[in-house]
Amino acid sequence: MRIFVCVKQVPDTETKIKINSDGNGIDESSIKWIVNPYDEFAIEEALKLKESAGEIRVTAISIGPKKRVTDALRTAMAMGADDGIVIDSEDSLDPYLTAKALSEALKKEDSCDFIFTGKLAIDDNASSVSQYLAEFMGIPHVTVVSSFKGSGGSYTAEREVEGGTKEVYSISGPAVIAANKGLNTPRYASLPGIMKAKKKPLKELTLGDLGLSGADSKVTFSNFELPPEKPPVKFIEGEPAEQAKELVKLLREEAKVL
Amino acid sequence: MAKTFIFCEFNNGKIKKGSLELLTAAKAAGAEITALLIGPGSTEAAPEAGHYGASATFVCDSESLKNYNPMAWSKVVSQTIKNSGCTVFLATSSMTAKDLFPRVAAQLETGIASDCTDLEFNGDTPIAKKPLYAGKCKAQVNFANSPIQMILMRPNQLPIGEPDTGGHCEIKTLSAPEIDDRLKITDVKKGNTDKVDLTEANVIVSGGRGMKDADNFKLLDELAETLEATVGASRAVADAGWVPHSMQVGQTGKTVAPSLYIACGISGAIQHLAGMSGSKVIVAINQDKDAPIFAKSNYGIVGDLFEVVPKLNEELKSVLN
Ligand SMILES: Cc1cc2nc3c(=O)[nH]c(=O)nc-3n(C[C@H](O)[C@H](O)[C@H](O)COP(=O)(O)OP(=O)(O)OC[C@H]3O[C@@H](n4cnc5c(N)ncnc54)[C@H](O)[C@@H]3O)c2cc1C
Repeated sequence: MRIFVCVKQVPDTETKIKINSDGNGIDESSIKWIVNPYDEFAIEEALKLKESAGEIRVTAISIGPKKRVTDALRTAMAMGADDGIVIDSEDSLDPYLTAKALSEALKKEDSCDFIFTGKLAIDDNASSVSQYLAEFMGIPHVTVVSSFKGSGGSYTAEREVEGGTKEVYSISGPAVIAANKGLNTPRYASLPGIMKAKKKPLKELTLGDLGLSGADSKVTFSNFELPPEKPPVKFIEGEPAEQAKELVKLLREEAKVL
Repeated sequence: MAKTFIFCEFNNGKIKKGSLELLTAAKAAGAEITALLIGPGSTEAAPEAGHYGASATFVCDSESLKNYNPMAWSKVVSQTIKNSGCTVFLATSSMTAKDLFPRVAAQLETGIASDCTDLEFNGDTPIAKKPLYAGKCKAQVNFANSPIQMILMRPNQLPIGEPDTGGHCEIKTLSAPEIDDRLKITDVKKGNTDKVDLTEANVIVSGGRGMKDADNFKLLDELAETLEATVGASRAVADAGWVPHSMQVGQTGKTVAPSLYIACGISGAIQHLAGMSGSKVIVAINQDKDAPIFAKSNYGIVGDLFEVVPKLNEELKSVLN
């Protein structure tokens, strides 16, 4: 059985975002990159499946500037993935092109039984790659998955929707599973794991190898803007009862939200 | 006039507000609007799409589509969108839409932008903006190589117009697609709340580690009851198991944009702010006057939430009733 995990590098959640001088992107010079948090759940789920059933090879795959995304792949391999595939490209591929490239790369592999992804990447918040990819691979998808169980040819996934409601899906055959928080608790890479990861095989491809180019993107962003400054907070003084009274008054008469 | 296709969600025979916002915006731009409703009850809800500007409305009113299924739904949706000859597609960025329409976009070989917060029309061309990097900035969406510009808008962003029951809207019935054996929905487990979801809520009362333990969330439930609000939480609290993960607000939780967000015992970590800084008015109750949450708040109360929240609830009860 072969399982693939798609991982992306995103700016650390603590990062302060600065906009480029041309206004058409962000200043990446001082950004610390981390593995997209939802992808960590995807990696963990793939590894759990590998541990529960024999003979499973877990391959991590990523697209982006090679040097940057190789770090993400090494992290996945340090956690326990067997090998990696890097598709080298300039940054800012849109979900369509990302999924197209992933699907072309995966079609070159001998088989593909499951693809795990994160439900979204916290940079562009598109939550689209998993579904595009599933369609390009011709297989079903379930996103926002908070529980995944099963073996052999039959699996159950729970998808979380509004109000904490869960849709329960039965899946047979290959599928794309997009992980939500709560699916599992990702393991930390151990020191021996990190050492071993350095020697695990890493296959390198370029977008050109897959018959694609950066110009195939369908969505781009321009005119970046920072949120408007908030006026300073109005502190409400007094005893709790007075504070409560004053707050309600302000919410009704000044802010007009009640 | 751009042909615009709008996917309308409905509940209890009424089209949801988010969809009405989109119908209103497209109508104001002079678009020729085709609407689509899927699932049992769609025939009953369909005429309302006409009242808000659709000139044709498709319904796929079948018991077999009672539950969402991306494989079955995407087939009928893609075909209908394609046949309509539209160049613009709009839907609310709901859980269903965010799951379904990227797959539809793949079938139509086109681009999609989800979670947009701004929508204007420049002649025929929709100009959408969306928050990036967890709301730390915003950018304009541009489409290329896209026969149909697909835009998913967050609800509560645009005005809703007046209905006009005079016009004519043709209602056309689609036959239900077959369910693909490879993916079947077997059950829907209802959540433990019938409250409006955090992502759609107009008022949110949120608790953090300052709540001290799970039981104390009763205080917030009571306050929420008075305000008709939905209760949210910080990650610290969700991770501690005091509340389910579905209640977490923030970069790795829900992104919310209510009119009023009341943060109780939440410090205001950057990852929490990322999920709620789009709220119109923010109130923070925290005993630490230097807590970062205050820098993002409109109103602040420095104090013990266990004293302030009950008083606030009392005051609201007496004023609102
Ligand atoms: C990758 C990553 C993703 C993350 N994603 C999220 C996310 O999506 N959402 C999120 O919320 N966090 C997220 N976090 C965690 C975040 O960094 C903070 O740890 C978390 O938000 C803190 O929660 P808190 O404010 O409830 O707790 P604390 O930071 O411990 O704050 C508790 C506050 O309660 C106040 N307090 C205590 N007692 C009282 C009292 N009696 N009355 C009034 N005030 C009181 C204290 O003064 C303090 O300010 C993420 C972190 C990482 C690394």
